[in-house]
Amino acid sequence: MGKTPLLHIQNVVKHFDISGGLLDQLAFSGGKIVRNRSVVHAVNNVSLDIMEGETLSVVGESGCGKSTLARVVIGLYPPTAGEIHYRGQRMDNLQGTARRPFRTKAQMVFQDPYASLNPRMRVRQILEEPVRFHKPELSGDQVREKIAEVMDQVGINPVWAERYPHEFSGGQRQRISIARALVLDPEFIVADEPISALDVSIQAQVLNLMMDLQEQRNLTYLFISHDLSVVEHISDRVAVLYLGTLCELATSEELFENPRHPYTKALLSAIPRIGKGFQHIKLSGDVPTPIKLPTGCVFHGRCPNANDRCRQEVPVARTLESGSVVACHGVEEGRI
Amino acid sequence: MDTLLDVRNLTVKFALRDSALTAVNNVSFTLNRGERLGLVGESGAGKSVTGFSIINLVSKPGFIADGSVWFDGRDLATLSQEEMRKVRGNRISMIFQDPMMTLNPVLTIGTQMVETVLAHRNVSKAEAEAIAMDKLRKVYINSPEKRLKQYPHEFSGGMRQRIVIAIALLTDPALIIADEPTTALDVTIQAEIMDLLLELCRTEDMGLILITHDLGVVSQVTQKVAVMYAGSIVELGETEQVCSNPQHPYTRGLIAALPEAATGSRLNQIPGSMPNLAEIPVGCAFNNRCELGKGACFTTVPQLERKQSGVFAACHELE
Repeated sequence: MGKTPLLHIQNVVKHFDISGGLLDQLAFSGGKIVRNRSVVHAVNNVSLDIMEGETLSVVGESGCGKSTLARVVIGLYPPTAGEIHYRGQRMDNLQGTARRPFRTKAQMVFQDPYASLNPRMRVRQILEEPVRFHKPELSGDQVREKIAEVMDQVGINPVWAERYPHEFSGGQRQRISIARALVLDPEFIVADEPISALDVSIQAQVLNLMMDLQEQRNLTYLFISHDLSVVEHISDRVAVLYLGTLCELATSEELFENPRHPYTKALLSAIPRIGKGFQHIKLSGDVPTPIKLPTGCVFHGRCPNANDRCRQEVPVARTLESGSVVACHGVEEGRI
Repeated sequence: MDTLLDVRNLTVKFALRDSALTAVNNVSFTLNRGERLGLVGESGAGKSVTGFSIINLVSKPGFIADGSVWFDGRDLATLSQEEMRKVRGNRISMIFQDPMMTLNPVLTIGTQMVETVLAHRNVSKAEAEAIAMDKLRKVYINSPEKRLKQYPHEFSGGMRQRIVIAIALLTDPALIIADEPTTALDVTIQAEIMDLLLELCRTEDMGLILITHDLGVVSQVTQKVAVMYAGSIVELGETEQVCSNPQHPYTRGLIAALPEAATGSRLNQIPGSMPNLAEIPVGCAFNNRCELGKGACFTTVPQLERKQSGVFAACHELE
């Protein structure tokens, strides 16, 4: 590669302390007062590079930390540890005005278009707000022009700018959220499950829109989704997360044709597809809680190939000959 | 094959102040004993209301305006609430989308299961518990005697849905109506639950009506499928045939819109969105989004008819 990645995520960790106040933490044990803390290990030591102009998707089941990772990247949560670099510059420790240039370059589209638009603001106000804050030098006419331009681009008639969000359908609202993300001409968009609240025929419309915009504006996407067939279609590269840990990272073709990590294999085999028989790899047990992470490989409790080493030693992500990055002892030893 | 369920011209309306919205419009289908039918469509297509109205669960302001639901030689649409209670949850069971909403969080699994058995069977409490344990084993819940004493929050999402299935099985129903049973679950868990439902239908010779928006799931689990759009069935036929060779333009559009069907980088999209029930166009409900729409499509409602390929479709333009 050699190029500087647009975004470089290095050993990012995000923990949430859910033990509550001091009094909640105190408990009696063996005649002594002890202090218990419980921590959710949402993202553990994830490293990723996102190259300019590509779509990198993060997939995984609910609770695997994919949304948390997206929020850490965009700066909605500060990371517990690790670094985030944007065009070679460290971002995660910047605050306030120092961070502002990054905020205009990186935008987010959320899952639920009903919850992410303020129901008491008109579409015009929703779209104007970021421009007025970040570009106060623009005149009223210039702002209106900008808004009409983005509305047009996402396929919402600009004459509807005076309407409220409730007057639009789900697909149209998601287009408005995308317009809001575009209004500052960003380079990088984090889309957290942008289509999972939409029906199939509307999903296709929004996905096509996102791909068209990427082409027109040379956007870079970090796309979070649990829908693997959508991910296969739109991504250049795919990262698979399990319990906050990166299992596998590969190009889309490589991952879907030749998955290496046992979890990726099970996940892919479970996608219901038309015309495919109903045969899938059965996993035993349930996803453990991220409060008490298993020792060793996080997947060992459900993995059909786990051995003693898997139960004790945390696997390190290694790059294979194919270019895929896989964190699995079995793959490393050549027994899977 | 003997017919288990025969739904004829079912129409369900929701009363407004001075008019009524038609949520289910003249829907007819049959289900044989032990057969699995998928009801697919997008949100608002009327698939859940159809499922609910089979067991007369549409509550006010909704009402069954027309049609009949023949089951066990009786028309369920005309039964009194009292008589209906003997069928519902007994001969016909229902599985809902969210297991956390179905199960009562303040009662143990055992209490909830025994209650169901006692409501429908004349047995002692001990016998009811034995039945409950037997059904829990059927859905692969280990050590059921211990599990009966636990509360819903002590189970994971997939296990909860298996318990809901076990409750549905308690009275050995002839038909299970499952409304989006796996939508709230992850893909690996979804595959597990679908496996289980499929196996139970085969071993217990149960009929299944699977209501879902996911064509992939339908193609793997069901034998017949009915595609719904704006309250009507637009296509009905063998699942394999409908999925591999869809006839109605809506079904074709829906299947072509799936990412795995895309050939190039762009997905095929159906323009526009499903009409609001209050604004269903005159003639064919799909006419404003359809590429074939002309003449009769804008004046006459198409009827479900057998087409050349062997499936039933409601479209003027198909031979």
